[in-house]
Amino acid sequence: MLETKPNFNRPDESYALLIKAHEGLSEAESHAMNARLILILMNQIGDHAVIAEALALARNVRAAT
Amino acid sequence: MRTPVTERYPLAFRLYPYVKSPDQTAVTPIRHKVVVAGGGPVGLATALDLGLRGVPVLVCDDQEGVGLGSRAICFAKRTLEICDRLGAGVSMLAKGVQWNIGKVFHDNRLLYEFNLLPEDGHAFPAFINLQQPLFEKFLHEAIVKAQSQGAPIEIRGSNRIDAVVRHEDHVTIDVMTPDGPYVLEADWLVACDGARSPIRSMLGHGFDGRVFEDNFLIADVKMKANFPTERWFWFEPHFKSGDSALLHKQPDDIWRIDFQLGWNIDRQKELKPENIRARVSAMLGPDVDYELDWCSIYTFQCRRMEKFRHGPVLFAGDSAHQVSPFGARGANSGVQDADNLGWKLALVVQGLAPDTLLDSYDSERVYGADENIANSTRATDFITPKSAISKLFRDAVLQLAETVPFARTVVNSGRLSMPCTYDGSPLNGPDVASFPARTRPGSPCPDAPIGADWLLRLLGGNFTLLAIDADVPTTFSACGIPLSVLSVSGRDNKALCERYLGNATSAVYLIRPDQHVAARFEHFDEEVVAAAVGRAIAKDVVDA
Repeated sequence: MLETKPNFNRPDESYALLIKAHEGLSEAESHAMNARLILILMNQIGDHAVIAEALALARNVRAAT
Repeated sequence: MRTPVTERYPLAFRLYPYVKSPDQTAVTPIRHKVVVAGGGPVGLATALDLGLRGVPVLVCDDQEGVGLGSRAICFAKRTLEICDRLGAGVSMLAKGVQWNIGKVFHDNRLLYEFNLLPEDGHAFPAFINLQQPLFEKFLHEAIVKAQSQGAPIEIRGSNRIDAVVRHEDHVTIDVMTPDGPYVLEADWLVACDGARSPIRSMLGHGFDGRVFEDNFLIADVKMKANFPTERWFWFEPHFKSGDSALLHKQPDDIWRIDFQLGWNIDRQKELKPENIRARVSAMLGPDVDYELDWCSIYTFQCRRMEKFRHGPVLFAGDSAHQVSPFGARGANSGVQDADNLGWKLALVVQGLAPDTLLDSYDSERVYGADENIANSTRATDFITPKSAISKLFRDAVLQLAETVPFARTVVNSGRLSMPCTYDGSPLNGPDVASFPARTRPGSPCPDAPIGADWLLRLLGGNFTLLAIDADVPTTFSACGIPLSVLSVSGRDNKALCERYLGNATSAVYLIRPDQHVAARFEHFDEEVVAAAVGRAIAKDVVDA
């Protein structure tokens, strides 16, 4: 089941690291990096049902709020 | 005025020249039990299976033999096992090029390799490569041999089916020959007449699915080369001959090369020998001598008919479903259709099973077709990404795959044909959950060595009671069907134990004539097994 309650142990630091990781990249390079990152995180999750929930939430977040 | 029968394509082998049949001068149309339309791999396998079961079958083909051109080349283990049951497996294996290993490259770098048969204890390899005309010729040789032993199979060349009218319990067929038209009747018609199936059109059935916007060039070349006997696939190859490329070895020094050309191409220009040679030479290097053997440009589609059974008309092979070539799921799934249909149609014709058994041909093979279409569509979306974002992810996977192991599992150059397990089939009977999952009801039986022989050879093509270190009667009949009884031991047979026993010490399996598991039990119980046989032939055992 997808975790939607806070699960970061250092949310501000993690977010800052994400932004910093993109510094100096062109938009195309950033997109490519994001694609690699998504694949790496999907593999970390592993469970197909959780991945499906995450994708549905990402796609429909506006409709849900 | 009807058009005469013409040769639509050049032949590799003229196997069944036209001979005038007495049917053509009969006053009233002659009724046949089963007519098979089309003498390709699926039509020949269907006719052979029926004939070996003693069911009279007539094959009508509008040509007089096997067409030229390699076409399908990869024949899977399950296909070879089926052909072995039909008497053609040994000659196919002897001629074919055996392979188990695939390698996937990006640009000039090896991403990973895979072994399609990482375990021992199988009579047949994961795949052989064999030109389609040779595959058909071996099936035809097995038919000739079966005929000489009394199998009631007839093949009529230059017999083109021009019209089919469906009735409640039979069909009327208009046939054109070099001597003019005649009319036939058949209790059952099996349409194995290919992706453009004229019979499907005559009966007005749809064939819907997806078209993929890409062109692929096949260049079969003849050369002496020392590439290993493996499937090599390149994404964005360094030699720039296409967006992807594939290399495969066939018998007689023929090599299959595929290049992905993109959507907006000039077919005539790309098919000019000098343009094909430019691509091939860039791939092989300047010093390699070769001849072009057979070339073709193809596009492809993934689609199927909604139903494969329409009363007395059954569709099998490409006429019923079509996939992209990535994964070798076309001809292989067609032979599985024949395997699934043969015994069912035989039991119905012989009056041993209700005709509703044929509805399970529809449900099981539609299930198989959907699995093949899903696999083939996913491979195609990876090889030919259809949007910018799809390409972005594809490229990210390829980039990661070089150094990060998990990404290699997502790289998809075709998931190669595996037989499907008919989970949820109405024919499946009782299971024992603690037995191995791979032999659950609906599964194709995995092979295993039995002494100097092989399990699948010993199973043959009848309903079989397979007893592994279990007590069963030496003869057993149910629903009017005499079963074969095969008693084997798991002692000192690791493969058999792993595949059929798991942690159990004994087991009883009910195996269908197509060598799929129908049911399995801890012990033999006459009533329980008889009920499972009834279920496997769509017959309520109460009225058996």
